[in-house]
Amino acid sequence: MTIALQILNLTRRFNDLVAVDNISFEIQQGEIFGLLGPNGAGKTTTLSMLATMLPPTSGSATVNGIDIEKDPDGVRKSIGIVFQDQSLDEELTAWENMDFHGRLYRIPSEARAQRIAELLTLVELNERRDDIVKTFSGGMRRRLEIARGLLHHPVVLFLDEPTLGLDPQTRNHLWEYIATLAKEKGITIILTTHYMEEADRLCNRIAIIDHGRIIAIDTPKNLKDGLGGDLVTIGSPDPAAVAAALIEPWVARVETHNNEVIVSLKNADQHVSSIVTLLNTRHIPISSITIHKPTLEDVFLSFTGKTIREQEAGIKETMRMHQRMMRH
Amino acid sequence: MDIIYTIWLRNMLRYIRSKSRIIGSISMPLFFLLFLGFGLNSIVSLPGLGDNYVVFLVPGMVAMSVMFTSVFSGIQVIWDKQFGFLKETLVAPVSRLEIMLGQAADGATTAVLQGFIILILSLFIGLHVSSVSGFLMAFLFMVLIGISFTAFGIAIASRMEDMTGFQLIMNFVIFPIFGLSGALFPISSLPTWIVPITLLDPLTYGVVGIRYGLTGVSQINPVVCFAVIGGFSLAMTAIGAFLFRKITI
Repeated sequence: MTIALQILNLTRRFNDLVAVDNISFEIQQGEIFGLLGPNGAGKTTTLSMLATMLPPTSGSATVNGIDIEKDPDGVRKSIGIVFQDQSLDEELTAWENMDFHGRLYRIPSEARAQRIAELLTLVELNERRDDIVKTFSGGMRRRLEIARGLLHHPVVLFLDEPTLGLDPQTRNHLWEYIATLAKEKGITIILTTHYMEEADRLCNRIAIIDHGRIIAIDTPKNLKDGLGGDLVTIGSPDPAAVAAALIEPWVARVETHNNEVIVSLKNADQHVSSIVTLLNTRHIPISSITIHKPTLEDVFLSFTGKTIREQEAGIKETMRMHQRMMRH
Repeated sequence: MDIIYTIWLRNMLRYIRSKSRIIGSISMPLFFLLFLGFGLNSIVSLPGLGDNYVVFLVPGMVAMSVMFTSVFSGIQVIWDKQFGFLKETLVAPVSRLEIMLGQAADGATTAVLQGFIILILSLFIGLHVSSVSGFLMAFLFMVLIGISFTAFGIAIASRMEDMTGFQLIMNFVIFPIFGLSGALFPISSLPTWIVPITLLDPLTYGVVGIRYGLTGVSQINPVVCFAVIGGFSLAMTAIGAFLFRKITI
């Protein structure tokens, strides 16, 4: 296996705010790697550094074996990038947007025309190739951007929140495209997302990033298995008593979050009656009880003590405080 | 060169498609020409040009058309910044200087085209181009004005976040440069204390140069005009390129 991307102690500060805090990891050729975390966790900043758009404060990284600081142009040739915000020229047609990109990357005209036609077909836009981008829907634009990012045959493709703001149906469709691309082109894809489901479905491996730090890195399966089996969520007016009562050999982990107790255990369906009996004999009231297979959301919760949504609200608050302080 | 051409090509495609922009930027100098020209023609008499104020005004309006179009072309970098397209160019393995020069080449081209439209329309209201060499000289000055002010626009756009400051720049920078340039009146007829200010205005030399080419009359030595506006275009390109390099998105 060749290493497509290697990051070593990468750090980026903005004044006193540490956006990316000393992260290190490696990505193999052909992997779909996900950077998962709440908005403001430092995902886009990491991507900007890898795409040579932003110099790191310290640390280093290589893309396709090329150092991002020593040879930025070499890195730029090896990567394709689809930004979080649209970066198409709306006044031009799909073909012209592709052609402009091909010329910027100095692809000879014959190869250029051939590749554009091939990629537009791949993303099912060949029939709309001479239409102005302004008339395209959000999903079509995103597909065009992905096709454009692949035009110069990059080794690594960066996708920054590829399905942000798209409706669920379009999102599903786009996931299929991305999965197909990775398989057919053998390309390494790094995507950032704050959608758990997206990371779970698409990625071979995931790094969970929070406050600029990587808090866990593994395959989605291993991350979920790490929670110790199924999850039983028990709602109760007295969560502390529930947690205390459930210290049993067949229980892997007990956590309290808000007014709920989350219990990890193997074969939860067989144990649920024992839980109810146990709590009943101790006269601890139960208001609700649910069993589910662990999701990445549960993984995030167990590592940070907060759901991704709560974390996002917290980050917004910190940023507001930060701005207020800057103003005074 | 290929990258400069690519940027130029993209902007020209946009230019050709935006009919309203073409018509919009012709209309102002054309109305000036018609209203001021015909309105004042009978009451203005200029030394050396006889009674024909319209013919005096044409070079000024050509220069105006070139300058306004080119500043606007340069400032369009802000749109690219806001609509995200600039990222696409900045992340490509090309130098920022090439991108900036492509923008400048495009701005100068559209500006000169706009100036030409005014020039051709002027042939119907009394302008006679006397010689080919004079015409080429006017063309050269139009190109230099175009490059200078596109670069000027890019320099401003590199420092601005959005278009809100545009009106301010228009009213306090562009309009005074135009007003003081002698596009509307001969500099020699101004009060003596204003003359030095006029001579500090780089556009003055462009207007006088175009006027010399088209009508053969000049109040400043054309060689001096060429040196000043040529130097100004080089300086603006250097400043524009320097500031464009520092754009962060």
